Amino acid sequence: MLAQIGITIAQWLVVVLGAPVLAGVIRKTKARLQGRRGAGIFQPYWDLRKLLVKEVVIAENTSWVFRLTPYVAIGTMLLSAFIVPVLTTAAELQFLGNIILLMYVFLLSTFFLALAGLDAGSSFGGMGSSREMAIAALAEPTVMIAIFAIALRAGSTGLNEMINRAASDPLLLLNPGHLLAFLSFFIVALAETGRLPVDNPSTHLELTMIHEAMILEYSGRYLALIEWASFIKLFLFLTLLGNIFFPWGVAVTLQPGAVAIGVFALVIKLGVLALGLAVLETALAKLRLFRVPELLSGSFMLALLAVISFFFLR
Amino acid sequence: MKLLLRKILKTPVVTESGISTVDADIETLGNALTKEVRKLFGRSLNIREVDPGSCNGCELEIGGLNSPYYDLERFGLHFVASPRHADCLLVTGPVTRNMADPLKRTYDATPDPKIVVAVGDCAKDCGIFAGGYGVVGPVSSVIPVDVVVSGCPPHPRAILAGILMALREFRGP
Amino acid sequence: MLNSAAMLTLLAASLMLFAGGAAGALVFDRESGRCRRMTHGLALCGTVLVLILGIAGLTGNSFELLLPRILPLAGGLALGLDRLSAFFLLTIAVGVIPSTLFAVGYTRQYRQEQALLGFALNVFVPAMMLVVLSRNVLTFLVFWEAMSLASYFLVMTEKDRDETRSAGWLYMVMTHAGLACLLIGFLAMLQATGSFSMPEWARAAEGVDSGVRSLVFLVMAAGFLSKAGAIPFHVWLPRAHPAAPSHVSAMMSGVMIKLGVYGLIRIGFEWLGPGPGWWGVLIMIVGAVSALLGVLYALIDSDLKCLLAYSSVENIGVILLGVGAGLVFRSYNLGSLAALALMAALYHSLNHTVFKGLLFLSAGSVVHVTGTRITEEMGGLLKRMPHTGAFFLIGSLAISAMPPFNGFISEWLTFQSLLLSFRVPEQFINLVFALCIASLALTAGLAAACFVRAFGITFLALPRGQAVEQAHEADWTMRTSMGLLALACLTLGVAPVLALRVLSGAVNEFLGAAPDLSFDWSNIAAASAFGTIAPLWVAVILALLMLAAWVGLRVYGANFSRRYYETWGCGRAVQTADFEYTAAAFANPFKRVFAFLYRPVEETEIEAHSESRFFVKTITYRHESRSIIEDSIYAPIVATVRRLAAKARTVQSGNVHGYLLYILAALLTLLLFAK
Repeated sequence: MLAQIGITIAQWLVVVLGAPVLAGVIRKTKARLQGRRGAGIFQPYWDLRKLLVKEVVIAENTSWVFRLTPYVAIGTMLLSAFIVPVLTTAAELQFLGNIILLMYVFLLSTFFLALAGLDAGSSFGGMGSSREMAIAALAEPTVMIAIFAIALRAGSTGLNEMINRAASDPLLLLNPGHLLAFLSFFIVALAETGRLPVDNPSTHLELTMIHEAMILEYSGRYLALIEWASFIKLFLFLTLLGNIFFPWGVAVTLQPGAVAIGVFALVIKLGVLALGLAVLETALAKLRLFRVPELLSGSFMLALLAVISFFFLR
Repeated sequence: MKLLLRKILKTPVVTESGISTVDADIETLGNALTKEVRKLFGRSLNIREVDPGSCNGCELEIGGLNSPYYDLERFGLHFVASPRHADCLLVTGPVTRNMADPLKRTYDATPDPKIVVAVGDCAKDCGIFAGGYGVVGPVSSVIPVDVVVSGCPPHPRAILAGILMALREFRGP
Repeated sequence: MLNSAAMLTLLAASLMLFAGGAAGALVFDRESGRCRRMTHGLALCGTVLVLILGIAGLTGNSFELLLPRILPLAGGLALGLDRLSAFFLLTIAVGVIPSTLFAVGYTRQYRQEQALLGFALNVFVPAMMLVVLSRNVLTFLVFWEAMSLASYFLVMTEKDRDETRSAGWLYMVMTHAGLACLLIGFLAMLQATGSFSMPEWARAAEGVDSGVRSLVFLVMAAGFLSKAGAIPFHVWLPRAHPAAPSHVSAMMSGVMIKLGVYGLIRIGFEWLGPGPGWWGVLIMIVGAVSALLGVLYALIDSDLKCLLAYSSVENIGVILLGVGAGLVFRSYNLGSLAALALMAALYHSLNHTVFKGLLFLSAGSVVHVTGTRITEEMGGLLKRMPHTGAFFLIGSLAISAMPPFNGFISEWLTFQSLLLSFRVPEQFINLVFALCIASLALTAGLAAACFVRAFGITFLALPRGQAVEQAHEADWTMRTSMGLLALACLTLGVAPVLALRVLSGAVNEFLGAAPDLSFDWSNIAAASAFGTIAPLWVAVILALLMLAAWVGLRVYGANFSRRYYETWGCGRAVQTADFEYTAAAFANPFKRVFAFLYRPVEETEIEAHSESRFFVKTITYRHESRSIIEDSIYAPIVATVRRLAAKARTVQSGNVHGYLLYILAALLTLLLFAK
């Protein structure tokens, strides 16, 4: 029981505290790829700490929805951090819900961010909201079909079972359905976390923004909460990609040795994924907004193929 | 893509090391920030660039700051799109009549604590545009300025030094 | 436990109350205030009794009633109550009670039409109740028609407006086309089984040729789907529902269309006996298409009530996905999955009654005070109508299936039952299910976008029009009724256990199989551990974490000072409502992505000064989209009917002798056939 509580809190802390570092690592890697020295990997922490001492400037037109949204954003992500198995599949708190709940919790935070974008009454915010909702909506079928593809193989939509089942399959990577599902989920993860080629996280031009445009009105502690929430979201998506599709190393028991391996495996997986993301973002240009649906429908087709391959190969 | 990756692998980190303030002509005016805030800003500072009437010479040099060679991100500096996200306004050029009000609004839209860095001779004293019918005056005539970086245009290194000077203890000329 | 006599007394009492309400409407037709309070008050009391009846039925009480003297032609008036009927009684009551309470304040604006409104309401509600209780053909048809007619008159309340009249006409045509389908189906079954009683059909269905049953299923499904507003029979719905007063819209969208679903469930699972799998596949396809097209049309509509009506089409689609999946599972002898799917569908229909009622009522109070239904003219209402706005937000969250509200639970159940389809050992069916999962997921995403737009454009930012600036909060009856529904949204989402318990009882009795679902206060698990969720804990932990974030900031010592300043507009001098994103702009990405469907027509006219074309005086932007279904299905039908009607006009000579001749000829023909 004590071990349960301990590991649950430990996993949660890994997500919540590790998320800014992951974002820092990606930025640092990108800088190195561009031949720059770049900021240190703890830079996101300094940014957050600074934002907390700044005052908040709120647009006069806004309502309480604007002030509630940062808390919804961080609350949903902190909740999700409990649901995703990060180090071990032996923690019990995943009884909260399965992967479908997780996706809807993400959608809840997007819902509120989009409302907040509209609340200030500026053109940028509305533009960001509209685009964010369009991309979120178009990504949804891919998410569900990819989940279906994984659930078919695992016989469950519970995250622990999915990972356990995948870990016990020695021929995992030879399975075409598995790889197709990975690819489609990867593309969706790019879209959902606002990375290139869907959205440019470091853009300064309002007209090309999606996520950034929605939060243009936020400042101070509100901005800190939203930024932190988006770091956590990125961390969770990469963890899901790493743990569901490459489940090796995730501890299936609560023995200290297994958990230690789990930590090690997580660091390696996230490191590889972060490197991949950085290379991708250095090599790719942002897609035109109206090309994004084509990318997403492509990923949908991949996911559907994954499902079909299961039914025709079983 | 292959070409690009090969190029990435071949190119070393080109960022210059350290920062020299020798050739910079910098004047510190305001000193309103507390020590703690200064320390925080020293680690992380978001900059919003405002151009109330510059000839874009300074902008070219500021653009240079983002290049791999000067790489301002290594100091925790970062350009942002909204004054709400900013801690520092980087103002260039003389303030023209049409832009005086937007400059004031931008300043007010930036949450406290904040610093203002005026870049270039025009921002300092209107430079060659002084006395022009469309010019209101230097930046300091519209919003309080903390640091002035002279030059027409100033060297990127000087701009960088100016921003950093505003954050560290003011040591005097 | 109540005995059947007590149940019948309840039924009689509620009918008396409705009759009293109807009589009151006629007696006090000159005194609009008294008429309003009396008719709605009595309807409210009558519906409370319906609620009690429904709850009693769901806890296992039942009754049968046969009155051979009434309607002797077709075996008398036959009524009966089982758990399925009781569940729909509950749905009716849950939708009607807040709507009538709302109407007490809301219908104050209709002085002239008060008597008609009150009378029609007091016919409409008991008719819906009796449809659910009907156990033979004629009883069913009589009350079905009474329901349709009463709702027609309710729609026609604002009959001075052209759009109302055309909507009413379309509704009348569609509902009678549906009735004709039902009649054909009923007569065919009558012929095949020789019985008027529907429970007897269920017993005799095994002996009926399966081809006949399938035909009857198709025809009757068309009839019921036209009442439910499923695509392609939905054309009346987005016109009639917005045209009606808002409390009527809430009842029609929230309750009446569910009776179409009720009929479909009855014929699919019971009256026509066990059917082949393609019945279910067909219903699923109709459901998937309805859900997707419904939400896509809702997404671009700028009329607030029209948007809600299209979203009803969408939700009917989601319900049909569950019903269809249930039919498929049953045909493959997967009883517990069929029960799960049906349970998801029924739960969603109850939830839809709650949140669509809430949304229509709050939209009604907005329309009431602003005098417009166009979202482009609204904005900033949250500050002027804080309660209504908060209720609308709750409704929007619930209908977008956001945890921890009720829509999420039923959509989650629907997803679980669809995902479990891999147990069906046929690849074609598996593929259909996969596509249905995709379309449901897309629907969910689009619905979220749709309601971000609906709430955001209507209630947030600055007012876009004069009328909105003077808006004020609704009166207490209206707010109370919305508050009740909002509370129900939260309760059914956080603690679904009560609803699930009665539902699993109802489904178990109806299908003879327990749903593959275990649940208690803290946890719901579908198919043992295939999917689990703990709604109560999710809600509690989410709330705690949000609070913890706030406390954490306080403890850390974050800067809590706050300064209000104008919205950032790049330093622009004036920031007015004209700079806001409009509803049309918000929907534009979707319009472009789904252009093949909307087939949008856009026109931009720029009028410039005569001196220079760079000085623009006005810009007019018009955009409309066409309905692919109306163009490709209804337009040819209407054209054909018109052509035939033009030919048939030659028969109409205007000569009385001629007409007498027709009557004689008809009589003779009938007599010949009767022999």
